Amino acid sequence: MTGKKELAVAALQNGTVIDHIPSSVLFDAVKILGIEKLDTHVTIGNNLNSKKLGKKGIIKVADVEFPEATLNRIALIAPSAVVNIIRDFEVVEKHQVQLPDNIVGIVKCGNPKCITNNEPMKTRFEVVDRENVTIRCHYCGHSVTNKEAQID
Amino acid sequence: MNSNSLVSISDISKEEILRLLENARYFEENPNHKILDGKVVATLFFEPSTRTRLSFETAVNRLGGRVIGFSDASTTSSSKGETLKDTIKMVSNYVDLIVMRHYLEGAARYATEVTDTPIINAGDGAHQHPTQTMLDLYSIYKTQGTLDNLTITMVGDLKYGRTVHSLLMAMQYFNPTFNFVACDELKMPAEYKEFCDKKGIKYTEHKDFSQEVINSSDIIYMTRVQRERFTDIMEYEKVKNLYNLHNAMLDNSKDNLRILHPLPRVTEIDQDVDDNPKAYYFQQAQNGLYARQAIICRALNIDIKEVQKS
Repeated sequence: MTGKKELAVAALQNGTVIDHIPSSVLFDAVKILGIEKLDTHVTIGNNLNSKKLGKKGIIKVADVEFPEATLNRIALIAPSAVVNIIRDFEVVEKHQVQLPDNIVGIVKCGNPKCITNNEPMKTRFEVVDRENVTIRCHYCGHSVTNKEAQID
Repeated sequence: MNSNSLVSISDISKEEILRLLENARYFEENPNHKILDGKVVATLFFEPSTRTRLSFETAVNRLGGRVIGFSDASTTSSSKGETLKDTIKMVSNYVDLIVMRHYLEGAARYATEVTDTPIINAGDGAHQHPTQTMLDLYSIYKTQGTLDNLTITMVGDLKYGRTVHSLLMAMQYFNPTFNFVACDELKMPAEYKEFCDKKGIKYTEHKDFSQEVINSSDIIYMTRVQRERFTDIMEYEKVKNLYNLHNAMLDNSKDNLRILHPLPRVTEIDQDVDDNPKAYYFQQAQNGLYARQAIICRALNIDIKEVQKS
């Protein structure tokens, strides 16, 4: 079994590997990146042993290189995630995701009286504290940390 | 998006605040002007607020403009499910300025994003009500002759009261000293105390509405303690009368002290205070007219200096 899995990994000739995703948010990350809609080979692993995180998840997508802005969308829930870009079996680029200043359309505002929960519109949050990953709703001013944030 | 919109008091600088106060003073001396001749202003009140709406509509009328609008969303298309975006876009076709009040928080900010017509926020849920803040500032400025170095005591519901939060933010430029008087359930939220700490603003917190606090104040800003704010009704019964102001409590207060209240008041200011010259809450409401005239002119890019010359 192990050998087969490693083979599948090694078979990624071109594409993107996103590693070091905390297990608890792996499927949120899958959703944010829109991976369900892809028709290329996708391998998703979860609850793998990790020295850093205890349990981690990993996403491998063949033949797709995501725009930087798309990858950074998962920084809110998985600030530790590392992106590897693979070309011709080689890792040509490796970097951690970066939390953008504004987060548009991922997080649902926790305030039921916020306009964003009552109009067909995208949410927008500003990062107000990078250390504790706290974001504030651009519309109603309601603040949440990444641990409390609901992914829409 | 129109940069003359006013959604939150934090959108405008100290200089703009001071200019608006000067202009409000001008309108107090000269309330009737035909400077909005030919202009149409919409007052869209998705939530009823008679006091605020009449104040805005009087301001427009005294400046010679025309008003269209509604005072209750149940008679409009939004009751048929029309989005706020569509309502704003439709009304934008007709008018030069939109004054809106909405029960949802952030509604005014969103409205500025879907139109180039200037928007004035006349209250969005528990969030912002910048024209109330401007009239509070004008009332303080007028009665004290300055906004600088004043001791301001805020009393009652400091947790949910948006007027106290906005006033606190707006006073950041003027070196105030705050007394926060409230029970545990309704005390000033941590984020505003952190704001004061960050800006070097002095404040003290009190559970007692004591003589010492009253006698040190230049302004006492009273608010209503509402029963529905309490999770524990016993707690409400215990505190409901602790933050009421009676005339006798003002015996040794400063001569320049003025009592403000955003109104409507219930029992938190006793009727016996009304005849005390330090009671200022009714004039405060009147000042709303002048402050709103100044804000309407700012939104429409009308230079008051030019008006004064003509």
